[in-house]
Amino acid sequence: MRRSFPFACGLLLAAVPQLSMAQGSGPTPELANRQLPDPAQEKAATQVMHALRCIQCQGQSIADSDAPMAATMRAEVRQQIAEGKKPGAIRQWMIERYGEWVSFEPDMKGSGLLLWATPLLLLLLGLLIARGLFRRKS
Amino acid sequence: MIAETGLAALWLAAAMALLQLVGGLTLLRGEGKLTPLIKPAALVQGALCVVSFSSLMYLFYVTDLSVLLVASNSHIDKPLIFKLAGTWGNHEGSMLLWVSVLSLSGAAIALLEKRIDARTLNATLAVQAFVALGFFAFLLFSSNPFERLIPAPVEGAGLNPLLQDIGLAFHPPTLYIGYVGLSVAFSFAVAAMLTGQVGPAFARAMRPWVLGAWIFLTVGITAGSYWAYYELGWGGWWFWDPVENASLMPWLAATALLHSVSVLATRNALRAWTIMLALVAFAMSMAGTFLVRSGILTSVHAFAVDPERGSFILALMLMYTSLAFLVFATRIGTVKQGEPFQIVSREGGIVANNIFLSVILAIVLIGTLYPLAAEAMGDKISVGPPYFNKATAPIALLLMAALLLGPMLRWRRDELKRHKYWLVGFFAISLWTGVAIWRFVPGVGVFPILGLALSLALAVAAWVPLKGRKLLRTPLPVFGMVIAHFGLAVSVFGMAAESGFSRETLTALAPGESAKVADWQVKLDDVRPVVGDNWVAIEGQLIARNNSKKFTLRPQSRQFYRPEQQTSEAALLTRWNGQLYAVIAQPDENGDGRWQVRLWWKPFVTFIWFGGLLVAFGGAIALLGRMFRRAKKPAVNKWAQA
Amino acid sequence: MGAGMSRPWLLWLPLAVIAFIGGLAIYGLVVPKDDMVHSAMVGRKLPEFALPPAAVGVEGLSDRDLADGKPRLLNIFASWCIPCKAEAPYLEALKKSGAEIDAIAIRDKPEDVAAFLAEFGNPFRRIGSDSEMAVQLKLGSSGVPETYVIAGDGTIVYQHIGDIRAEHVPMLLKKLQETQ
Repeated sequence: MRRSFPFACGLLLAAVPQLSMAQGSGPTPELANRQLPDPAQEKAATQVMHALRCIQCQGQSIADSDAPMAATMRAEVRQQIAEGKKPGAIRQWMIERYGEWVSFEPDMKGSGLLLWATPLLLLLLGLLIARGLFRRKS
Repeated sequence: MIAETGLAALWLAAAMALLQLVGGLTLLRGEGKLTPLIKPAALVQGALCVVSFSSLMYLFYVTDLSVLLVASNSHIDKPLIFKLAGTWGNHEGSMLLWVSVLSLSGAAIALLEKRIDARTLNATLAVQAFVALGFFAFLLFSSNPFERLIPAPVEGAGLNPLLQDIGLAFHPPTLYIGYVGLSVAFSFAVAAMLTGQVGPAFARAMRPWVLGAWIFLTVGITAGSYWAYYELGWGGWWFWDPVENASLMPWLAATALLHSVSVLATRNALRAWTIMLALVAFAMSMAGTFLVRSGILTSVHAFAVDPERGSFILALMLMYTSLAFLVFATRIGTVKQGEPFQIVSREGGIVANNIFLSVILAIVLIGTLYPLAAEAMGDKISVGPPYFNKATAPIALLLMAALLLGPMLRWRRDELKRHKYWLVGFFAISLWTGVAIWRFVPGVGVFPILGLALSLALAVAAWVPLKGRKLLRTPLPVFGMVIAHFGLAVSVFGMAAESGFSRETLTALAPGESAKVADWQVKLDDVRPVVGDNWVAIEGQLIARNNSKKFTLRPQSRQFYRPEQQTSEAALLTRWNGQLYAVIAQPDENGDGRWQVRLWWKPFVTFIWFGGLLVAFGGAIALLGRMFRRAKKPAVNKWAQA
Repeated sequence: MGAGMSRPWLLWLPLAVIAFIGGLAIYGLVVPKDDMVHSAMVGRKLPEFALPPAAVGVEGLSDRDLADGKPRLLNIFASWCIPCKAEAPYLEALKKSGAEIDAIAIRDKPEDVAAFLAEFGNPFRRIGSDSEMAVQLKLGSSGVPETYVIAGDGTIVYQHIGDIRAEHVPMLLKKLQETQ
């Protein structure tokens, strides 16, 4: 199961039949596979890349994907970080192009708010259920 | 004839299961006429399933190509081990394996279980038969493994070397056996609710099955994580992918159940909660199977997707779980309140464990299904690693903190001040570690720091329950618990070290050039073509130096044909304190004779899986202890804990 | 546990959860999964770009070329993409019906593009070469082929994902007309 990935995301090819997923050939943008010289910037870029979903290989982040589009997206992220843009702004830039779908981390608003509140709500529910156990002192 | 024998045995086994179920139904209205038949039927059902599964295995062994399943999944030129593994390496065979293990478990209960009363035992077997009947129906009506193929082909279809992976051969059955164990726990729980015998005897009867299931699941997840790590070639070991989450959820439920069942067995408390967890654990194993098979969520591991069979599993899952929870809602009120205890007590610690594990389980479940729910509302969103990490890590850390103290607390009631020196000690270790890292290593995230701090404290705390004991007279389950908790500390240490201190270097090298990653100097010595069975590859020869030591790594970039695909074969150099991970890629169009090389230094990353195996080993020790003790005398041990 | 007796509604909570998950799962099985990633740029102005010609003898493409007052189709294609070959006759039909079509070739080489045009026809006014997919990213495009309807002021009006088939031709013509 793990080995079988044609250039990047293998079996997912079948998922989007209308689109050709062959990769063609062209230069890979310089920054797709080169680190930024400043380690702090590179670290910020890596975090952004791990939080963005690859358009072609939909199960993977662009940091993990070998798809050409992921390479272009990585280059864009590094470029924008090098220009001094904040990670949040870059994420927003991607969302402006591909919608909320492209971010692996939903916004803390709308339907995402409930998701982020989930852990707290669950802890509260857990305490509520457990409270009954401790009531009586012996 | 062998195929027909196997099929006949399967039909007869299903008939036996039906007999058990009918016997169980008469039991509900008092002692029925058929009740004495339940036990023998369970034994015969087990034997028939063995016959059926052995028949299929034999067909794969001789590669009988007149059987459709063999023809489409095997090949005359396959190595023997993969021919045999082919028995369960497909949908029909894996379902037959599942139902066979299920039936054998039923037979084992019928033969060996002496602790619970006859009514509950018979009811357990009847519920087991009910669960099994669903799978029998699935096999006989829609997935017959013994179907003939006429005319028989000459050599068979399945010779895809990509699928001849020893991991792929043994990973799914490991998880399946774990799932079957959880289904046994489910049967016990439903039966105990029906007969009202929710007490220590029931818990002791159920515990070995939970423990066994949990050991298999632990091994399965640990191994799965390592394969993802070295096969995918991305350097990650957990991607929070739906398929991975599907295997994590039953494990979380089983871990919680394992702890609460020992409270019930030892202290006769947490009755309803234990029942509930047993139902949830089984539901999660079915839900996981459904998620993997149905393909309703996008996954990188989507290799066995079949929506039609997915729907069948969904139907079974909904039927079993809704019936069971209906019984739960209507009958659990009749289960008497358990023994009381105070917050600061061993029970209190285990309640904390249960809450935290259940919350993590719910987060994983909700996060996994959330995109589907959002889509139904017309919203397209993704929930991935950044969310799962941030949402679960704090709760996992709380769990670790509770674990520092929990196992040394007394049952029923304890005083925190009795343990103040230990508390101060653990706090000091954690604080010292945390501050030292924060002060001297810049840029490490807060979760890795806390993870390291708590895992070091836990590495000490795990052994405290052995203090003051005569080691030779200490029950094996206590050793098992200590080892498992220590293994958790080891694993979390590896996770925190890997995520906080990994170093990555992406570079393009011409032969003769070098790159640095952490303390390693890595030189690309040579690149040459390599040819395999159905692939060609370029293989890089990397010379890695650290101080005076020199090592060679040979990562490959493989181009397969038939089917055409490209894979990276990472090269790993394992040292005691971490792994050097190297990947090489095909050169670019515009490459100037340089090769794309990706290097990682991952400190203590192997601790993750080593710790996971220790956890499973601890479980195995505890299981051995339980079986050994049972053989000697069925006494209650106040301190025993799985 | 005491919760059962003091809060009986909790006992029915698991059943409610099962019903919800079951409903969700059935929804997932019944409603076909939409794996397409739609561009969020629809309704907004084209991003700035300027691409070199994709083959000898054709003109390159910039966003200003598309914002000259006349509504147009923008086709994203590649010579290595099989569905792009399948949609060639329908692009030709669109052109015959009066649509003006510009194109961007993705990860392609001039000689390959030239050969593609020679074999499948050239319905395009201009063809820019996006060898690094940078413009594709700016457009929010997720693959080839795709076809955009661009208003005269350079606003992206509509995105068609996948190859154009016979039934899409009148639809695209209508969209073009509506933007006028």
